[in-house]
Amino acid sequence: MVIYGVALLAVCSLIGLLVGEALGALIGVKANVGGVGFAMILLLVATDWLAKRGRFKPVSASGVTFWSLMYIPIVVAMAAQQNVLGAIKGGPLAFLAGTIGVALSFALVPMLARIGRPQSTAVKAKEPSR
Amino acid sequence: MIELLHQALLKNGLLVGFAVVGGVIGISYFLSDRLTRGRLHGSALAVFGGLVLAYVGGSISGGKNGIADLPMFAGVGLLGGAMLRDFAIVATAYGASFADLKKSGLPVVLALFAGILVSFVSGVGVALAFGYRDAVSLTTIGAGAVTYIVGPVTGAAIGATSDVMALSIAAGLVKAIVVMIATPLVAKSIGLDNPHTAMIYGGTLGTNSGVSAGLAATDPALVPYGVMAATFYTGLGCFLAPSVLFLAMRALCPS
Repeated sequence: MVIYGVALLAVCSLIGLLVGEALGALIGVKANVGGVGFAMILLLVATDWLAKRGRFKPVSASGVTFWSLMYIPIVVAMAAQQNVLGAIKGGPLAFLAGTIGVALSFALVPMLARIGRPQSTAVKAKEPSR
Repeated sequence: MIELLHQALLKNGLLVGFAVVGGVIGISYFLSDRLTRGRLHGSALAVFGGLVLAYVGGSISGGKNGIADLPMFAGVGLLGGAMLRDFAIVATAYGASFADLKKSGLPVVLALFAGILVSFVSGVGVALAFGYRDAVSLTTIGAGAVTYIVGPVTGAAIGATSDVMALSIAAGLVKAIVVMIATPLVAKSIGLDNPHTAMIYGGTLGTNSGVSAGLAATDPALVPYGVMAATFYTGLGCFLAPSVLFLAMRALCPS
């Protein structure tokens, strides 16, 4: 049933976010540390485990894929509620502080990507399909 | 009659949200197809359209939540709020390759630190150029250039003034918006077309909303990888900025 997929997704999300909150509290930070990341790993492990036992039927999976397809619309809705006015009102200081960091970060990406690349492409070439 | 319609829209907020977003995406894909012949991706235009709506909504209501501050469009706020956003982001992990995620572990940690440091230093540099000299203001503005959450969290922890705090948040907002718009434009030139680079990108840029929207507009298949890395960025920033980075700033500019 489709609700099984949705429920599994919800449970994984809740546990992941909870772990993220706990980790934040543990290191004394007022933010969720890696909650979404933990939830993702949990979902991957859980769906894999269930699928291997034939317990994750295509109908259940559609409960997950529906929400992953809703991702772009949700992101558009998220964009529609950003404080764009606040960003503009910040003036040249906020504009420069925001953009210079982004420009430098973009420049860093290809450099940093090269670090892990040779080894990881080598592994990828040999890796059998899971 | 108009009152009746108004009431119906207010009562069914989430449905209005679906309809509005569907409309924005429809128009965006039409424009992408006709005006740019698909060169500018429809979802990139849709994200931009969302930002335009946010600007219009913010101008009318004077609030902080863009179009969602208008009661009639409150449903857009629910649809794009943290709960459903996280829910959908987690869902995108389904079908991602666990092996690919594990492989990039160490470079991503490096990317997180490098990204936070580069953004922080840029923010501090700009603040210096604008005449700020005290460690608290410099750190707070630098932290804002990391993300718009790290900024106020840091400012509150080290006792920044509210106008510096507002600037810091604004810097973070600018960052998120620039990442949303620029990612699909620079994707090709930074080699953003594989899971490994997506994770490095997520770790370096880190702003959650920026990365998630930027990747969605570039290639939805890369979303889980980038977001997975970005999910640690704000937390790490909140950890580093008020502690190590603040101490470093205080050592550099004693007042």
